[in-house]
Amino acid sequence: MTHEPTIYELSQPGRIGANLPSLDVPKADPLPADLLRTELKLPEVSELEVIRHFVRLSQLNYAIDKGFYPLGSCTMKYNPRINEDVARYEGFAGLHPLTDGEGAQGALALMYQLQQWLAEVSGLDSVSLHPAAGAHGEFAGILMIRKYHIDRGEPQRTKILVPNSAHGTNPATVTMAGLSVIELPADDKGDVDIEALKKICEGPERDTIAGMMITVPSTLGLFERGILKIIELVHDAGGLMYMDGANMNALMGVVKPGKLGFDVMHYNLHKTFSTPHGGGGPGSGAVGVNEKLKPFLPAPHVDIIEPGTDDEAPLYGFVTPEKSIGRLKAFHGNFGMHTRAYAYIRAYGGEGLHQVSRHAVLNANYIRVGLSDTYTVPYDRACGHEFVLEGHFEGVDKVHALDISKRLMDYGYHPPTNYFPLIVPEALLIEPTETETKETLDQFITAMKKIAQEAKENPELLLSAPHKTPVSRLDEVRAAKQLVLCCAPLLKDS
Amino acid sequence: MSYIPHTEQDRQQMLAAIGVTTIEDLFDAVPASHRFPKIDIPPALSEYEIAAELKAYAEANDHAGNFAVFRGAGAYHHFVPSAVNHLLLRGEFFTAYTPYQPELSQGTLQAVFEYQSMMCALTGMDAANASHYDGATSLAEAVTVALDVTRFKRNKIVLSGGIHPQYREVVRTYHQGRQIEIVGDDQPRSAAELATLVDSDTAMVAVQYPNFFGQIEDVKALAEKAHAVGALLVAVVNPVALGILKSPADLGAAIAVGEGQPLGVGLQFGGPYLGFFSIKQEYVRKIAGRIVGETIDSDGRRAYVMTLRPREQDIKREKASSNICTNQGLMALAACVYMSLLGKNGLRHVAELCYHKAHYAAAEIEKLAGFSVDRSLPFFNEFVIKCPVPVEKANAALLEQGIIGGYDLGADYPHLAGHMLIAVTETNSKAEIDALVETLKALT
Repeated sequence: MTHEPTIYELSQPGRIGANLPSLDVPKADPLPADLLRTELKLPEVSELEVIRHFVRLSQLNYAIDKGFYPLGSCTMKYNPRINEDVARYEGFAGLHPLTDGEGAQGALALMYQLQQWLAEVSGLDSVSLHPAAGAHGEFAGILMIRKYHIDRGEPQRTKILVPNSAHGTNPATVTMAGLSVIELPADDKGDVDIEALKKICEGPERDTIAGMMITVPSTLGLFERGILKIIELVHDAGGLMYMDGANMNALMGVVKPGKLGFDVMHYNLHKTFSTPHGGGGPGSGAVGVNEKLKPFLPAPHVDIIEPGTDDEAPLYGFVTPEKSIGRLKAFHGNFGMHTRAYAYIRAYGGEGLHQVSRHAVLNANYIRVGLSDTYTVPYDRACGHEFVLEGHFEGVDKVHALDISKRLMDYGYHPPTNYFPLIVPEALLIEPTETETKETLDQFITAMKKIAQEAKENPELLLSAPHKTPVSRLDEVRAAKQLVLCCAPLLKDS
Repeated sequence: MSYIPHTEQDRQQMLAAIGVTTIEDLFDAVPASHRFPKIDIPPALSEYEIAAELKAYAEANDHAGNFAVFRGAGAYHHFVPSAVNHLLLRGEFFTAYTPYQPELSQGTLQAVFEYQSMMCALTGMDAANASHYDGATSLAEAVTVALDVTRFKRNKIVLSGGIHPQYREVVRTYHQGRQIEIVGDDQPRSAAELATLVDSDTAMVAVQYPNFFGQIEDVKALAEKAHAVGALLVAVVNPVALGILKSPADLGAAIAVGEGQPLGVGLQFGGPYLGFFSIKQEYVRKIAGRIVGETIDSDGRRAYVMTLRPREQDIKREKASSNICTNQGLMALAACVYMSLLGKNGLRHVAELCYHKAHYAAAEIEKLAGFSVDRSLPFFNEFVIKCPVPVEKANAALLEQGIIGGYDLGADYPHLAGHMLIAVTETNSKAEIDALVETLKALT
């Protein structure tokens, strides 16, 4: 593959790629000259050249549409095409966010229904669709916990317990909310170390505990066996329980977090509910709470303003919950993701969503067992929707997980998540999702086994991989040191 | 079963390989008392039924397909060339994840790099990130950068009341856990009056350009004051206005943020949009979110990669300045394609259409008895009118005529009760503007 020029390199003065309207009103007096710019360095390219440029760029990407994408903790499942169609209906795509309530009843009714269904899946009482991504939902959740304690006259509760296997967003969120982290170790079976937790919950820090954030199943892909005990310990200490819902794809119809005792959780609509990842967003991170936290939900929140009758639908509108943490973004949330998630839930129904989780777990366990004689699986028990293995081999010290990942690219796969969770050496976190066929899983297992063999017989093949991608391994140090962040015409003279 | 491909035979073979009898056996670690609850959601629909149901929801809305839109206030109905949507629907773009594996993501990475370049061109800044959630969260993240640049030793943030009210709310939500003071927007203040609040404890002063009322304020004195005390001037900007207006860098801003929705993204009831964030070179290492840089591969070929990674949450964890992870990648691609298609002449042309049409509308409304237009400052494509009747009543009459009228300013600004904020873009034809004026005329 030859390299693609930048859009600026394709530019020729005088070209344009858009067919724009002409002025149909009299010209007004111009703005004073000192308010106006004299140059604008945007490229000048014809429509066809723009299309070709971006189509060629797209072809340099790997994507779910091209092949298996077992990227752990990201739930790279099929993105149904009907979802793309419905989100583009003019009545949604052309709806102004500040449309008066009566004129947005369709959108509001859809959001209300989606809130209800997400609450039903999790066993929580109320859901807000306001946050724009998972990390944004986490932020909402932790701000609610903080405000809950302040409201109860316990502002000294400023510490959040976070297992050391947690997503990086968890501790970062805690800091952002002005709270601090107490890190919890895992035991040798991959569960939270209950004794360590007990010590903290019954120790001198007891009255400073605001809550705990935990991912279920854990980022190791394991169902926490002591989950009820963990929840009990934290609640007894006066803290609230936050569930990171990134791994919800293993839980639908399996267990309801709200019924286990969780007070608040977020959902990643772009993982569990199939809205596309978009090459890095947009996501959507709904947040669900129980009755305790309901008054603290972010604003605006969709609710019924006037109940309906047998003949008439209720009137929906936005409300500000009584003790709301406030607004986290302009307008209402990533509505375009809500329409997609709604369509997805409709395509499955309640029982179908349960089947999603069952098959996600079946697929993960099938690969786990298929690879357990070739790779070290540090926690060799039934996993959830993903599992972790160690990407290194005895006697071949120079081969690392990263090399296995790069070699997988040559076999036509996207690699698993590398080096996460941090507590497993050379971690490869594999999440197949339920939308993959048995044949795909078999081929992947075969490729992983071949790579293991290559590692022993010809490690150079891995160390120099990938060989079949548009570019080879990159000089990341140079990128950070020389720091070129714009196309050439925009670089300032140095 | 919708998108699950397993046959009964697959399931049996897979269970046998795993060494269990049923799928249920894989869930032993889940507390038995809570295992397998019923999900009370109606049964699955066919694709045809889903489409019909959602169509009904969509058509229950008053949308730009059926109405002339004169409402802006932070979200604008602009024309989006067809090519934008066609490119966004490339599965290679929208079904890819964040480009953590650069060998498999050069398409996304180069597109982000080009997007960053164009945002620098518009704002006059030296670097831009790959986006935040929206304009409001970009502003909230700018506060963190300003606090960081001033080493968390300064406690004051000055916000102009001319910044979008929702953006100011978001700044307060984001920073409720910090011991900082957010001032300046409690009453109307000119930029010069705002400058009197800026002192040696001020980390940042922010203005909107054009402001929420569409007006172009003179921020020269304010910029000088900010520079004199070592505070960062942050400009919240409308990117289409930058097709003709001086860049925020020329005004003396250190950071330019804003809502990228006008650049090729539909209204979508408020999201997904994209928040752009661009900054001067000296602060680039303080920026949150993803940034793409140019480098070479092991064969010396030009290539792109996410860079300055050690700032980010997955590496720095509780020491990261922001928890941002997923951003608005696909929307940044939309903006990138939009700007590529329009180019410098197209964007300038769109900005000029907005400007002239808005001024035509303002001049016509001004002629109506009982109406007046705020001309205290020059404006771009939005302006404030004083109505002789309550805004709600005016909007109800407009809606009858197929027009979504302006934004009622009374709710956010009590002293502006009876005032309407009208936005005009290139999508508003002369006929639409004339219909707007006629309907308003009939009110008096």
